[in-house]
Amino acid sequence: MANIVEITDLRKSYKDGFQALKGVNLGIEEGEILALLGPNGAGKTTLISTVCGITMPTSGTVTVGGHDILHDYRAARSMIGLVPQEINLEPFERVINTVRFSRGLFGKSSDDAAIEKVLRQLSLWDKKDNQIRELSGGMKRRVLIAKALAHDPRVLFLDEPTAGVDVELRKDMWQIVGKLKEDGVTIILTTHYIEEAEAIADRVGVIAHGELLLVEEKAKLMAHMGQKELEVQLTETLTEVPKNLRSEDLELSSDGHALIYTYDTNAERTGITKLLADVAAEGLVLRDVVTRQSSLEDIFVNLVKEDAA
Amino acid sequence: MNWTAVRSIYLFEMFRFFRTVAQSLLAPVISTSLYFVVFGAAIGSRIEQVEGVGYGAFIVPGLIMLTVITQSIANASFGIYFPKFIGTFFELLSAPISFLEIVMGYVGAAATKALIIGFIILITAYFFVDFSIAHPLAMLVFLLLTTISFALFGFILGIWAGNFEQLQIVPLLIVTPLVFLGGSFYSISMLPPFWQTVSMFNPVVYLISGFRWAFFDTADVPILTSLLAIGLFTGICLSIIWWIFRTGWRIRQ
Repeated sequence: MANIVEITDLRKSYKDGFQALKGVNLGIEEGEILALLGPNGAGKTTLISTVCGITMPTSGTVTVGGHDILHDYRAARSMIGLVPQEINLEPFERVINTVRFSRGLFGKSSDDAAIEKVLRQLSLWDKKDNQIRELSGGMKRRVLIAKALAHDPRVLFLDEPTAGVDVELRKDMWQIVGKLKEDGVTIILTTHYIEEAEAIADRVGVIAHGELLLVEEKAKLMAHMGQKELEVQLTETLTEVPKNLRSEDLELSSDGHALIYTYDTNAERTGITKLLADVAAEGLVLRDVVTRQSSLEDIFVNLVKEDAA
Repeated sequence: MNWTAVRSIYLFEMFRFFRTVAQSLLAPVISTSLYFVVFGAAIGSRIEQVEGVGYGAFIVPGLIMLTVITQSIANASFGIYFPKFIGTFFELLSAPISFLEIVMGYVGAAATKALIIGFIILITAYFFVDFSIAHPLAMLVFLLLTTISFALFGFILGIWAGNFEQLQIVPLLIVTPLVFLGGSFYSISMLPPFWQTVSMFNPVVYLISGFRWAFFDTADVPILTSLLAIGLFTGICLSIIWWIFRTGWRIRQ
C-alpha cells in the first residue's frame, strides 16, 4: 500500500543545542495504525508536532498525501487531524461550537449533518450543548477527538490519547480508534503503554533519543525479536543449576523449583530436545513444562537499553 | 484565501463577546457615563468653551477614543493570548491557514467589538450633552482605522505576553497615560509651548485631533498629518506581525 506520510531525514534542534530529532526516516501506509513507542523525551511529540506544523523542522522533508508540509502546507494540513496530549479546551465553550470552530479552521463550511455525525460517532451528541467544563475527563478527550475529526482528515495523530485515563476508558478509546481505521483513517499514535500498541497497532515504531530505532509490523516484530522461555518445573528444590546443565541460556528460578531456558524461536535448533534429555540424564524428575512468549514490552525495554548502551 | 477560517475565528471571538455581554458592554458604558457626569456636567459646567465648543461636548471624541483604543487593545490581546494560555493555540498552528487569515479573524473581531462599544458610547453621550458631527464619514473612517490599528497592536501584545500581568502592563503603564495626555480632555493649544512640543511625540494626539476634527471641524494638527500618523502606526504593527509569523517568535518552536 502507498505511503500517505513520508518523512525523510527529519531533524529538529533547539537553540540550546538539544537535538530532539536526529534524522528520522519513516513511511506511514494509508489506512494503517502505527504506534510510536518511546520513553519520555524520546522525540515522539516533537515528531508529531513537526508533521502537523506546530514545530518547524531544522532540516529534512515531510509530505502528507504527496504535499510538502512547508511549501504546500494548506493541502498537507487539510489532510491531518491532531489530538494533543493535554486536554486543551476552552472551558466555557459549548461542545458543538468548539467542534464547529475546528471544522471552520480547516476551511469546511458549518455542515450540521457532518458535525452531528462526528458527535454521535463519539457518543457526544447528548452533550452537544454542554459547556466543556461540565464534562468528565473522558468526555473531554472525546471532544478533542471530535475536534480533530471535524474536517474529515485522512490522517489522525493521537498524542498519548489514553495517558492518565482508567482502563475502561482506554478500551473505549481503542474501540474508537478501531472504528476510525475501518473508515479508512490512517492513525499514528504515540503511547507509553505497550499493551496499547499490542492491542491496536498494525505496525510499531520505537523511538529513543530522537532516533527511530525500528519500525516493524507488530506480529513480525514479536516473531522476529521475540524470545521464548521454557520453564522446566521440578519435583525437587535445587540450590544451583547442576554442573552438567550449566549454560548461559539456563538459569534457576528464584524458588529453586524450576529451570528457566531462554531460546530463539527462529533458530534452526532451539536446544529444547537436548535440554530435556540432559535434565533426564541428570536424574531430575519433571513436574511440568511451561513456555512463555516475550511481550512487546520486553522487546521495547531491550531496544531502548541497547540504544542507551 | 481560507475565508471560512477567517469567518470561524471572527464568529468564535464574537460569540465570546456576546457570552460576556455584561462585562463587555456595561463596564465601558458605565465608566464613560461617569466621565460625562464628572467632567461634562459637574466640572464642565464651570469651564468656558474650548475651541468654540462646550466642554461637555468637547470631551466626547476624546472619551470615545479612550474607550475604543483600550477596548481594541484589550480584546485583541486577550483573544490571541487566551488560546496560548489554555493551550488551544496548536489548533491555529496546525490548521491550513496563513498568518494573514489568523490576524484578520482576531483583529477583525476585536475591532468590531471596539466599534460596537464606541457607537454605544456615542449614543450614551447624546443623553448627557448636545453635539453634532460635522463630518460623519470622516468620523467613521477614523474610528475604523483606530480600532484596526490598535487591535493590531493588541494582537502583538497578546503574542508577546507570557502571563496575564504582562498582558495588562502595557495598556496600564503606556497606553492609558498616552491617551490621557493625548488631548482627550483638553486641547493641545491649551498647554504651555514646551508641553505642546512634547505632546507632538505622542501618537495618540494625532488620532484624537483627527477624530475631534470629524466632530467639530477644529483640530490641533492638520487632518492629513493625523491620517498619516495612523497609517504609519498601522504599517508598523503589520510589519511586526508579519515578522512574528515569519520567524515564529513566541508562537512556533
